[in-house]
Amino acid sequence: MTYSLFLLMILAYTAGVLAALMGAKGKSGRGLVALGAVLGAGAGMALGATVIVSGTPFSLLLPDLLPIGGGFVLHLDALGSFFLILIGLVAIPAAIYGVGYTAAYEDGRSSLRFLGVMFNLFLLSMGLVTMAGNVLTFLLMWEGMSLTSYFLVITETSEESTLRAGSWYAAMTHAGLALLLAAFMLLTNGGSGSFADLRVNSAALPATARNAIFLLAFLGFGSKAGIVPLHVWLPKAHPAAPSHVSALMSGVMIKLGIYGLLRVVLDLLGGGPAWWGSLVLGFGVVSALLGVLYALMEHDLKRLLAYHSVENIGIILIGIGAGFIFYSYGLMTLAALGLIGGLYHTLNHASFKGLLFLGAGSVLHATHTRNMEKMGGLIKRMPWTALFFLIGSVAISALPPFNGFASEWLVFQSLLAGFNIPKPELAVLMPVAVGMLALTSGLAAACFVKAFGISFLALPRSPEAENAQEAPLSMRIGMGILALACIVLGVAPVIVVPFLGKVISGLGHLPQTITGLTFNLSLQTPEAFGQVSPTLAAVGLFLILAMIPVAFRIFRVNRGLRLGETWGCGRTGQTPRMEYTATAFAEPLRRVFAELYRPTKELSIDFHPDSKYFVESIEYKSEITPLFDRWFYDPLLRSIRFVSRQVQRLQGGSLHLYLVYIAILLVILLLAARWL
Amino acid sequence: MTGYVLEIAQAFLALLLAPGLVGFVHWLKARLQNRRGAPPWQPYFELNKLFGKEMIVSTNASWLFHLSPYIVFASAIAVTLLIPLIAVPLSFDSVGDLLLVVYLLLIGTFFLSLAGLDPGTAFGGMGASREMTVAAIAEPTLAVAIFSLAIGAGTTSLSRIVTGTLANPGVTISPGHMLAFAALFIVTLAETGRLPVDNPSTHLELTMIHEAMILEYSGRYLALVEWASWLKLLIFFSLLSNLFVPWGLATVLTPAALAIAIVTLILKLAVFAIVVALFETRIAKLRLFRVPELLGVSFVLALLAVTSSFLLK
Repeated sequence: MTYSLFLLMILAYTAGVLAALMGAKGKSGRGLVALGAVLGAGAGMALGATVIVSGTPFSLLLPDLLPIGGGFVLHLDALGSFFLILIGLVAIPAAIYGVGYTAAYEDGRSSLRFLGVMFNLFLLSMGLVTMAGNVLTFLLMWEGMSLTSYFLVITETSEESTLRAGSWYAAMTHAGLALLLAAFMLLTNGGSGSFADLRVNSAALPATARNAIFLLAFLGFGSKAGIVPLHVWLPKAHPAAPSHVSALMSGVMIKLGIYGLLRVVLDLLGGGPAWWGSLVLGFGVVSALLGVLYALMEHDLKRLLAYHSVENIGIILIGIGAGFIFYSYGLMTLAALGLIGGLYHTLNHASFKGLLFLGAGSVLHATHTRNMEKMGGLIKRMPWTALFFLIGSVAISALPPFNGFASEWLVFQSLLAGFNIPKPELAVLMPVAVGMLALTSGLAAACFVKAFGISFLALPRSPEAENAQEAPLSMRIGMGILALACIVLGVAPVIVVPFLGKVISGLGHLPQTITGLTFNLSLQTPEAFGQVSPTLAAVGLFLILAMIPVAFRIFRVNRGLRLGETWGCGRTGQTPRMEYTATAFAEPLRRVFAELYRPTKELSIDFHPDSKYFVESIEYKSEITPLFDRWFYDPLLRSIRFVSRQVQRLQGGSLHLYLVYIAILLVILLLAARWL
Repeated sequence: MTGYVLEIAQAFLALLLAPGLVGFVHWLKARLQNRRGAPPWQPYFELNKLFGKEMIVSTNASWLFHLSPYIVFASAIAVTLLIPLIAVPLSFDSVGDLLLVVYLLLIGTFFLSLAGLDPGTAFGGMGASREMTVAAIAEPTLAVAIFSLAIGAGTTSLSRIVTGTLANPGVTISPGHMLAFAALFIVTLAETGRLPVDNPSTHLELTMIHEAMILEYSGRYLALVEWASWLKLLIFFSLLSNLFVPWGLATVLTPAALAIAIVTLILKLAVFAIVVALFETRIAKLRLFRVPELLGVSFVLALLAVTSSFLLK
């Protein structure tokens, strides 16, 4: 059963690649490529679900496929299966959506063939990352995933900004890979690279080596996940990629960084001291807060969403970090609570961020702009997209009964349980994290009022928005599936949470069955600290909502309605220029956090030559350079450029000069050989 | 079963009392300012008038504008079902804890802000932007302040916090409680649009927040939105009084205990109304950009509260 599902997955993706390679064109051709991806991802989901439900891992050894480093080994356990399911959750809607979305590339702007091949290979390599059973397979698939996604990012090669974004992405992901190589080298310690052996041998490693492995792995996987300050590639690469690819990268690929972290730290190393968890938690808090703060200032819809991915990775890491801390003190039930919170948020973020990126893609498709200041009024022109984007916005703002609430509730509860930590100096940090998480979620709500309100409501701010058309059916289906997922995951945590319990049970030193978390109709944390039932809350809200019109009827409330123009203080003829803009909307918060943003301001006013009381034109410019660009990446890039300029001097281009270099080197080597 | 009936009755009681509470504050304020003022029951007349009127809706508005008043009102009612007003423990305890309450309140703000942006006026956008700014900074304070109580009581369930305080009255004078009370009081003023954050009696001024957002509403929609905002005032006052001074709440469901509970609830609300009215006659509105400083202070107070609860746990 599992073997046939695995075979189906491989075959379907291969078929998708072949269909693309043969240059399948037109609607049916694009559909064929998507069909491969949908079947492959679906088979992967089924395989993952089978492994989790049955509890028996799926293994496949192909030592002859790669005659080095232990060969090609696949071993899919419950943790990997969870992420395999996650891939399917976003990949299926994204592939369906892609059928309509990639139609725009038929004009030859970008190679549709290349896009189709890379899309299927990207999904395949991500799937195999979750299945990898030894170091070699893992790293190969990891690099395959990075490379294919790099090619997907630079799909729209004609634009220079896209290529720049691609370079940033390639540089950051390979810096991460270098760290991972070092981590795995330390971890294997010259022995076997199979995960099963590493699990046994890692306990014997000296403490310094274990700490080094943790730090390297955290930063390496963190660069993929997008933790601050390694997040710089996200706001560059995600907007540049085609939107269904952005959805996959933001919804799924960055989560594989979380997978790697859990696999190495919890599974292979078997957990570590409390400061590991504190570090993860700390980075999580900073990422969450800075992510949302920079998102607030963005007016590029897709870049705004990319910054929110940084925020949500932060929230996931807060849950996981809290889990690690409890784990290190042997508080296994609370550790499970934190980890389940983190994983639940992983699942939720995949669904709502995937949905939001697809929604942003539909807007981009219709208006050809990502600038929110040029949108507006789309709710009337693209009602379905607007509805789906609203669902995504409400979910990401953690408003009940949508899915963001359930997972943030679990993360909050795990932080609140922090008083169980025996070390007061550590326990006292937990309320600070609670405050920061609450602030993050308040700011996220403000940000999504802006994102939805400015883009979709009021009057269109440009002719493109005025003439926008609703997205084609395939794109609406893609968004619809994810919108449904946001609702189902929100109202059915009682099904999701035990499922996640199965995923983490037995991981590291976690017990096989996790007791103390009860889930009948409501979620209940250990020792009944908190209890909530999003299911009942949803039902209740609906009943109340339905009762209001009934009450209107009973009490004979006047239901007359007249349409009129928006009131303009006596002035008639409202134009979009009178509306509040995204910049204006975010202005109060920009003032509040001015210390962080340090906006530059430039105001130039042209007066009438005869009198300065008549203004001819006003130009106002304000820019925000993110903290880390200014203090870390700009100096780094400058020093790299400086070094390369120095190296340039050596490279004179003259053959004679190079011959001299060779001669000098030879002398040095001979001298070295003489003395050593 | 009686428990559920009681809770639904409690929601109706809140609905009934809310306009009176606001009317009382306004009447008292007028008296303190040497004005005659409208009678305390004026808001009931206003609701009656608004429900009887035809609505005028902007041609720019979308379906969201029509949906929002219902959501705002429904989420406020949902909160009244979840907080201790007259009796503990609540039958709806398993539905939600204080986190759900905080986020339910945020739903109303979220949709009202969107509705403010929908008709495309500058006023609406201005109100929405300010409302979300205040909410974004006030909401975490609210969460953290109530958390400090939760940690003290060992639970995030509102009615178990209340029963915990009833069983152990000493905690009311613990530093965690006092700091949390101060923080929550500031948040109450901000969230319910009172001075010094927003001036509820201004209309058409550049400083307005709540009024700016709902400027395009009329008729029954305006009635729903206004009623919900009055309900919010009642919710915050009862949280302040019943979480910190829970005495008077019925712990057994006898008619006498319930009667006492209702009377004490009204008395407590009246005390807070007097405090707010006094407060509002003594201070002026803060400049909008000074408001975050005030909320920052309350956030720090809340953090101190929760830290001290953690350490004393």
